[in-house]
Amino acid sequence: MDFLNYAFMQRALLAAVLVGITAPAIGIYLVQRRQALMGDGIGHVAMTGVGLGFLLSTSPVWMATAVSVLGALLMELIRWYGRTRGDIALAMLFYGGMAGGVMFINMAPTGSNANLTTYLFGSLSTVSPSDVNAICLLAAFVVLVTLGLRRQLFAVSQDEEFARVTGLPVRALNLLTAVTAAVTVTVAMRVVGLLLVSALMVVPVAAAQQLTRSFAMTFAIAVALGITVTVSGTIASFYQDVPPGATIVLLTIAAFVVLTALAAPLARRRARAATAAGPGGDPAECVIPAARGTGEEISA
Amino acid sequence: METHGEPVISLRGVRADLGGRPVLRGIDLTVARGEVVALLGANGSGKSTAIRTIIGQVPLADGTIELFGTPRRAFRDWSRVGYVPQRTTAAGGVPATVTEIVSSGRLARTRFGLFGKGDRDAVREALERVGMADRAKDSVNALSGGQHQRVLIARALVARPELLIMDEPMAGVDLASQEILARTLKTQVEAGTTVLLVLHELGPLEPLIDRAVVLRDGCVLHDGPPPRAVGQHALPGHDHVHPHAPAGAEPIRTGLLS
Repeated sequence: MDFLNYAFMQRALLAAVLVGITAPAIGIYLVQRRQALMGDGIGHVAMTGVGLGFLLSTSPVWMATAVSVLGALLMELIRWYGRTRGDIALAMLFYGGMAGGVMFINMAPTGSNANLTTYLFGSLSTVSPSDVNAICLLAAFVVLVTLGLRRQLFAVSQDEEFARVTGLPVRALNLLTAVTAAVTVTVAMRVVGLLLVSALMVVPVAAAQQLTRSFAMTFAIAVALGITVTVSGTIASFYQDVPPGATIVLLTIAAFVVLTALAAPLARRRARAATAAGPGGDPAECVIPAARGTGEEISA
Repeated sequence: METHGEPVISLRGVRADLGGRPVLRGIDLTVARGEVVALLGANGSGKSTAIRTIIGQVPLADGTIELFGTPRRAFRDWSRVGYVPQRTTAAGGVPATVTEIVSSGRLARTRFGLFGKGDRDAVREALERVGMADRAKDSVNALSGGQHQRVLIARALVARPELLIMDEPMAGVDLASQEILARTLKTQVEAGTTVLLVLHELGPLEPLIDRAVVLRDGCVLHDGPPPRAVGQHALPGHDHVHPHAPAGAEPIRTGLLS
């Protein structure tokens, strides 16, 4: 446990834990509403924020937060109003964001593409104390939203049309989801990097789904898995000279593969249990029905 | 009970466009308290759009909509309305249990989404009403089409609404579930619930229906007593299944191939 003696490792591990919690916590709602790639889009837009941070000599983390929140709001508005041309507009937003980042960072006196690389793929060992403060504040916001409003976000992400009829403020909740996703991207930026952040939002959720039947359990397992891979990836990068962002993402995908392999027999056992449960379930084998009844015997 | 005949839903000159194409061209429709009204018509006649305009999912191009005498834009009393969408719109990308799905219907009755014992009891009771209490902890993905539909009805009933709006509740539903749905609906109607539902044909719900409104090309063609089924269509058990999935949507889980 000698890695705990280094201040930079303490900061790195704290950041890793927070990313392990927040990325799957908001990612599950994105997966539920079938917008799994939204995190990737926000990551591209956030590059402009990092570039602006260098150019204006302010904190890249806060600048990236501001720009990616704006980008996420814009993406949500495009989803409402540009139904037919929406994907083209989103593509322009993503690539514009990326190009803007490269442009601004090269214009900055202290910036270069090498600086940008640490934000693209993460650079845990250079997390500064002020970065840690920002990450803690932002992570607290994400946890508050994703846990405090879980019933509301679940309803809107599951069935927007129905949620409207329960009187929920559907538009406000959609915007809040987008803003929370943007904040999470900047939380994760220093750990896994902007280009890999989406993996931590989506893959733990996909892996957890292999085992679960309920949303609550999927949420819990995805977060537990997120923390496990971010912490073990960080420690691995301390002992072996491997990039932490890439290590974390590859570990997550490995976890997905292992859980998928484990899940196949589990699903088979569940299906057998369901048929054994008798009436109510669908029979597994073909059953030739008797002459059509009056419906009286069905009500038994 | 309030005076019978007071309008619960009132549409006047309602127009709506989808993708620049007019789908509703000036619809008048009134549903009085306690009435059961079926909205009939061919594919593309505007039945579902009419329903989705009423709940605010499709914007109104012209005309007025009132719910319980209040203009829809100002209407806030959503716990009085229960909605059952087409089953195809209700598929999320993450597993969810029957209880979790039905609980979201209770949000209209809770403050800030905080659930108490009364809410949990209401969820269990709604599931018992549709005969799904024994599947409460199962994933909705493991259900047949008919069972899934019963869950969506329970989700609409859990807030104890005075008005039920349903979009093709019988499409792709097996006979056993059709029986249960018809019985559940009968209990609701006897208790005074007002119902507006889109149907492809009257089928097993026929005895419940007070009035039928037939749409064609976004206009009201007929408003009056339900038309009698004739020929093949009158035979018991005759059932058309016309899933109206938009392109690229989730396939409907009818339990036949999935």
